[in-house]
Amino acid sequence: MEQILVTPERCLGCHSCELSCAVEHSPSKELLAAVAGGEKTVPRVFVETDGKLNFPLQCRHCQEPACVYACMSGALSKEEKTGKVVVSEEKCVGCWMCVMTCPFGAIIQGSDHKVIKKCDRCPDREEPACTTACPTDAIQFISVDQFSKDRRRKYLTVFNSQREEAEQL
Amino acid sequence: MPIENKTIDRAAREMLRRTADDGVKTVWDRLEEQEPQCGFGTLGICCRNCLQGPCRINPFGQPDRGVCGATADTIVARNLLRSLAGGTAAHVDHAYEAVEALHKLSEGNVNYEIKDEAKLKEIASKLGLETENKDMGELAKEVAAKAFENFGGHGSEGLGWLEAWAPKERIDTWAELGILPRKADREIREAMHQTTMGMDADPVNLLLSCLKQGIVDGFAGLKLATDMQDIIFGTPKPVQTETNLGVLKEDHVNIIVHGHVPLLSEKVVEWARKLNNEAKDAGAAGINVAGICCTGNEVLMRQGIPPATNFLGQELALATGAVDLMVVDVQCIMPSVATVAGCYHGEIVTTMPITKIPGAEHVPFTLEEADEQAQKIVRRALESYQKRNMDKVYIPDEKVSIVAGFSVEAIVAALSKVDAADPLKPLVESIKSGDILGAVGTVGCNNAKITQDSMHVEMVKELIANNVLVVATGCSAHALGKAGLLHPDATVKFAGEGLKKVLTAVGEAAGLGGPLPPVLHMGSCVDNSRIGDLLTALAAYLGVNVKDLPVAASAPEPQHEKALSIGIWAVAMGVLTHLGLPPHVLGSAVVAETLTGEKIESLVGGKFYVESDPIAAAGGLIAHIKSKRKALGI
Repeated sequence: MEQILVTPERCLGCHSCELSCAVEHSPSKELLAAVAGGEKTVPRVFVETDGKLNFPLQCRHCQEPACVYACMSGALSKEEKTGKVVVSEEKCVGCWMCVMTCPFGAIIQGSDHKVIKKCDRCPDREEPACTTACPTDAIQFISVDQFSKDRRRKYLTVFNSQREEAEQL
Repeated sequence: MPIENKTIDRAAREMLRRTADDGVKTVWDRLEEQEPQCGFGTLGICCRNCLQGPCRINPFGQPDRGVCGATADTIVARNLLRSLAGGTAAHVDHAYEAVEALHKLSEGNVNYEIKDEAKLKEIASKLGLETENKDMGELAKEVAAKAFENFGGHGSEGLGWLEAWAPKERIDTWAELGILPRKADREIREAMHQTTMGMDADPVNLLLSCLKQGIVDGFAGLKLATDMQDIIFGTPKPVQTETNLGVLKEDHVNIIVHGHVPLLSEKVVEWARKLNNEAKDAGAAGINVAGICCTGNEVLMRQGIPPATNFLGQELALATGAVDLMVVDVQCIMPSVATVAGCYHGEIVTTMPITKIPGAEHVPFTLEEADEQAQKIVRRALESYQKRNMDKVYIPDEKVSIVAGFSVEAIVAALSKVDAADPLKPLVESIKSGDILGAVGTVGCNNAKITQDSMHVEMVKELIANNVLVVATGCSAHALGKAGLLHPDATVKFAGEGLKKVLTAVGEAAGLGGPLPPVLHMGSCVDNSRIGDLLTALAAYLGVNVKDLPVAASAPEPQHEKALSIGIWAVAMGVLTHLGLPPHVLGSAVVAETLTGEKIESLVGGKFYVESDPIAAAGGLIAHIKSKRKALGI
């Protein structure tokens, strides 16, 4: 199953993922209409930086989700079928316990300041808006196995070039 | 993206199957790779005008200001003005080249001549110059001197070309709004200054400057370039030829002229004809020159050179493997032509110091050595022909007949066959009677985001079916030509009854033995000035203002900054101007609403109208024409 996985060194900080996420969660789901119509929407992915590294962060949909355990109203749950951590906004009471427990800071309050908002992995799309929008593939919608394989291959390339350099010396 | 969504041009579709089979990327592949395109750029809300940036405004919340404090409204308006300065600079620079050519030929330094003495005299007298008993070279020198004055100068003097040709009512309107331009170079320079960090933050003030750029574009760019080119190369008269990739000839040396300024392409055409026998020595049947983009329109109008394709087809022409040499000057040349030529065949030759392309050969082109350089370029094509692999040649069997060359002079000449004493009368009477509902000028580019030619063709078919006379320039004219709409047969097939009646009467009176085409090809992009001249003449004849005429403009598939500057010139002239897709301004409601709303219309009489559906757009334009008719009481 695909996950949203990040290669932070590729992130140029363009914020396209944030914009496309906000658009996908707007009533019209269309950039020009959402802007022209003054629709209220917030992104669920956040490009953070410490000055050295940019990192687009969003809900990791953890297997052991601290937020779900902390939720006293039953608004947050882990969907067995999809593995997604989902929120029922009707049940959310706005206690913000989940916000305090999420280690990634991936849960925010909505523009009405009453209930939480978080990544829902774009249920109306085959591929999430953020990964589609990323111009550098810093965020990918990819299986963990494939991602690991790509990393191994990349390591081999580095390994080989270093070895060749060493041989030339 | 399926090929059917990329283009409606059958030749282009055939070539796209070829490039797909061969794994050669084209503009459409690159657009797909770019998608989704940056939302901040689309909305016009990114600013990189200073090193504290780049900044972008969040259209849905914070941050709502850049580092300096600029709002979305400021940033959008500033970016638009910079784009317009770019488009205007392109046209004014083009005009400068043409003025320089007239100046140098008047001094006898270069091998160009005055082909249209009558036009030279007409322009000279309009400028207040004495024309009687004067040597043509002397008169050309005086006109060139007056023309040069449009570019630079001290003080707050205005544009001579505007003062001589703009309607008085327009000059007064622009003066009242404080947008009457001074010299062109000063206005372009000032627009760059006005938009740099820490300058104008008022979106309305910036938009007024946008209108001013449009006026500069219209008079010191378009009009000046057309006038110079008509003097040097002749005022176009109707010509018949063919268009689309089928005009390339397998057994000929094929040279494509691509770009915008006829100073080069005219010489290439001349030397291709003179060196035709050398092609025979090289084993070819002869030399075949075809055009792309506006330099193609220039040599079409004056030399009957067939246009091969328009903007989006430039790579596809090379994919035939039959183009031995593509020589380019300035504007609208995709850098990818060098790559595509590398995959198939042919040499790309750049000629201008400000347009060089990695992978292309550079043969500098100067007015002083134009003949030598044009010969050199044609001979390179002969050499390239001998390297051509005939097994890899594939030319689609697609071409259609077209009639082009409708300068204002040519239109008036045709009309004078109906009424020699009062040539505009039959046209005006047809408009009054309703046989012709009104007129729309379709201009501008292709844009890979819009199925190639589809907006041009579908919208224009709807317009002519509703008795709207269409005049076209640029890549719009090419698109309509490829679709068969620049031919008299299209009048019979597609025009409404009233329009058909008028075009048949004029065509037969002019000795064409049939109707005029329903779309009159008026030239290149700079030749939009011809449309401006025609509107000015019509308004003067009727005793009304241009803004009151039952007419509209349209750039159905705009792509270039030049299309925007032409568009805002049309708006400043008082004409409703349709765009087939929105410019990058929707991040500011103030800017978007001002450009398309009642405010700008109340100030200058024109406004923008954005509609991406061709039939709806035609409907919008027809409704506008009807409202103008009603206001005129016809």
